[in-house]
Amino acid sequence: MCSLSNEITYPTVDVDAIRSKINDDSVRLIDVRREEDYNQGHIPNAVNLPLASLLSGDSPESAVKLFEELGIADDTKVVVYDDTFGALASRVAWTLQYIGHKNVALLEVTYSQWKELGLKTSTEKPNIKSTKHSLNLNPEIMATAEYLENAKEKDNVVLIDNRERLNFLEQHIPGSINIPYRTLATDGKILRTKESMRNLLKNRGIPEDAEIITYCGSVGTLSGLAYYALKSIGVPNVKLYVNSFKEWKKLEKPVGKQENAAYWDLSAE
Amino acid sequence: MNLKMAQQLRPSKSASKKPKIDWSRREEADNFAHTVKLYRQGKIDHDNFRRFRLQHGAYGTRMTDDYAMVRIKIPAGQIYPHQLEKIAQLSEMYSIGSAHVSTRENVQLHWVVLEDVSEIMHGLADVGLTSREACGNTVRNVMCSPLSGVCNDEEFDATPYAIATARFLLRNPLNQSLPRKFKFNFSCCEKHGMTRIVDVGLIPQIRKLDDKTMQHGFKIFLGGGLGNKSFVGHQLEDFTPEEDLLYTSIAVLQIFDRIGDRKNMARNRMRYLVNEMGWDKFKNLVLKERTIVRATQSVIIRLNINKKSNEIKRPISVSSENGSIPDGYARWLKTTTYKQKQEGYRAVFVTLESGDITANQLRAMADITKDFSAEGFARNGFSQDIILRYVHESDLPKLYSRLLEVGLANSGSLTMASAVGCSGTSSCNLALTNSHRLAKEIQRKFLELKLDDDDDLRDATIKISGCPNSCGQHEIATIGFFGGGARVGKDMYPNYSMSLGGRFDDKSMLGVTCIRVPVKRTIPVILKIIELYKKNKQSDDTLSRWIDRIVHGNESSEIKSVKDMQKVLSPLVVPPSKDDDPDFYADYGSDTSYHTVTGKGECAA
Ligand code: SF4
Repeated sequence: MCSLSNEITYPTVDVDAIRSKINDDSVRLIDVRREEDYNQGHIPNAVNLPLASLLSGDSPESAVKLFEELGIADDTKVVVYDDTFGALASRVAWTLQYIGHKNVALLEVTYSQWKELGLKTSTEKPNIKSTKHSLNLNPEIMATAEYLENAKEKDNVVLIDNRERLNFLEQHIPGSINIPYRTLATDGKILRTKESMRNLLKNRGIPEDAEIITYCGSVGTLSGLAYYALKSIGVPNVKLYVNSFKEWKKLEKPVGKQENAAYWDLSAE
Repeated sequence: MNLKMAQQLRPSKSASKKPKIDWSRREEADNFAHTVKLYRQGKIDHDNFRRFRLQHGAYGTRMTDDYAMVRIKIPAGQIYPHQLEKIAQLSEMYSIGSAHVSTRENVQLHWVVLEDVSEIMHGLADVGLTSREACGNTVRNVMCSPLSGVCNDEEFDATPYAIATARFLLRNPLNQSLPRKFKFNFSCCEKHGMTRIVDVGLIPQIRKLDDKTMQHGFKIFLGGGLGNKSFVGHQLEDFTPEEDLLYTSIAVLQIFDRIGDRKNMARNRMRYLVNEMGWDKFKNLVLKERTIVRATQSVIIRLNINKKSNEIKRPISVSSENGSIPDGYARWLKTTTYKQKQEGYRAVFVTLESGDITANQLRAMADITKDFSAEGFARNGFSQDIILRYVHESDLPKLYSRLLEVGLANSGSLTMASAVGCSGTSSCNLALTNSHRLAKEIQRKFLELKLDDDDDLRDATIKISGCPNSCGQHEIATIGFFGGGARVGKDMYPNYSMSLGGRFDDKSMLGVTCIRVPVKRTIPVILKIIELYKKNKQSDDTLSRWIDRIVHGNESSEIKSVKDMQKVLSPLVVPPSKDDDPDFYADYGSDTSYHTVTGKGECAA
């Protein structure tokens, strides 16, 4: 689906590959942190697209416009990074894919990890010329509440909740299983190794050929990361329930709960 | 002075010391994953799976078959910085983002998806830890006083013996299918070790032989225990030489294995066997068995005791800058630290609310251990706490600041304020009340009222269990509670049974039942007892001594007996109507009306 160069494998790009491409204009790095953070330093040549700006538009058309302003054309190779476990970056990458952009991947580390590795940063903003991007919606990677409600009753559909365990116990979409987003990472990388990801699914009894729908608390960030974790091992049919549990509750759909246990009191938070 | 010399004179940083023993076996993780699969496919029945699961350190969880609690064994409580970091990571990946330090020096991860338990086992293997035989009918974590090696009253350090015992017994066929769980506690002295409330309790002792040589050995107590019925252990003989430690342990385990009750679930701890047989008969049996063990096995087995003392090196990182000392330091110093027998060093007891600690705090503890402890590791304690030893006295202000930054600088760990609570309804299948939260509420109240600073209360304890089982150790507390339910008409409310005067030192005794106290009245009742004490105390008195006199009928003031106490407290425990005070009918941590629900238990079963 994506090939920046031969040594790069979708959906994450390794640090060395990106270092060698920093000055290559056919690659566009997107930093999705807040503007203040970006201004204080970012990976050289990265452009800034705070997730909030993307979400405020909330239509494919406005998303296309934003990406055009960042100089992203249909064939631009895009790499996204953040400083929040890769979750915000995932959501931006997913949006690009949703509007039909083919060539997008996540940086395998967060900005903090990049810095810990002693790699270059910069405060300079790259000069970007805006460009044109087409809109070819890719609806098969998105789930709506309505879609989910029907699909989740089917045998070959698995619904995964990526919020933290206690939130899940307290309330969740009935029939979902819980894989907290922290489970998806490994030491120093935003995603587990492929082998351990496969093992996790195997232990949990989730077949890789199932249709998997992921969701989280509100806008599909943590579940966006899960989307890419699943893509990393080649699960063919993954959908993001992008409006997630917040919408589900607003629609007053049924909610499941672990009853008769005071699990919150085990937390030292 | 040249640079090299200056470097040599500076104390060096004990960066991430590594443990000598790897307790793990990675193949057990894969085997566990496989067995869970077979169980889910119905190829292994529930009872067999349950036995297997417990053997590997995974408990069931309240009202569900989908989750487990993983109990990580920490032999002698010795835990290393990289192990704390790993547990932090595992708690975020597979549990609730917090871990729990138990009363038996274990660390527990709750609400783990059963299918993820094997992942945790793999993670533990990365750092040499295991959950094997942390539950089930096995020898549980071998405990050792967190002060062993630094205690002012000890004759020698029992830690190497505790570790060697744990090492000998782990995965030993001798201990795979006992009639019931079995517990070893090593202490430093009479005061610090809870040796009389476990199956085998040991206090190190040195005796002078006729030829003037010094012989190391133990005082061994057998058949103690807490539970639906609790007993205080008996001393086997005046002195058990160290060579006999292993033979005695094997003899006791073999006897228990052979004739312990395997049918009656509620009465099969070894203490029942001792009780039914009578102490003298049991003692003789042990001595006889030991002779046989010694004769038949002495050549083959030996405890592998590593007596090489740990390297003590004060880390460099601290005390370079002299920041100002934050508020509360004096109170913290007084109520959480212990002056070691080693000149200039203290042991710092870090109190955790009901033993709970977040992943970030665990990581901070790992760093703090590296930066402050001259021995380079921490020790889990008996009271859901973590102890940092060999902290140089001049580093204490800096340590306090660091603990403060991460919310671990609560005062009162060595006082009555640090209440102990079992997991209760937060995860335990048998729980009737939320004892876990109640202990937190009591601790918060005590700290708010600065009661931890009151010397009169210092040696008293509060311990709470969520049902008549004794995981919260309520029977050995000065003021102990165990949970139950009561009702007014058809409205139920959580109601604790309160006992007074329990203790676990050389005069160990189990608390005397006093009165039943509704959950929302427990704090007022405790405060009332303190008020009564203050009114009636003698000069130079303490709360625990006063209560001790009351339970023995030796008190001369207005409250002469437990009956008198009951009388004075009874107005406080009268239930209001539900309309007047709906909150009275709800347990802590729940906004719905109280009702009791329990599942099949594994703590008691
Ligand atoms: S069995 Fe009872 S005492 Fe033990 S943890 Fe459960 S509620 Fe607490």
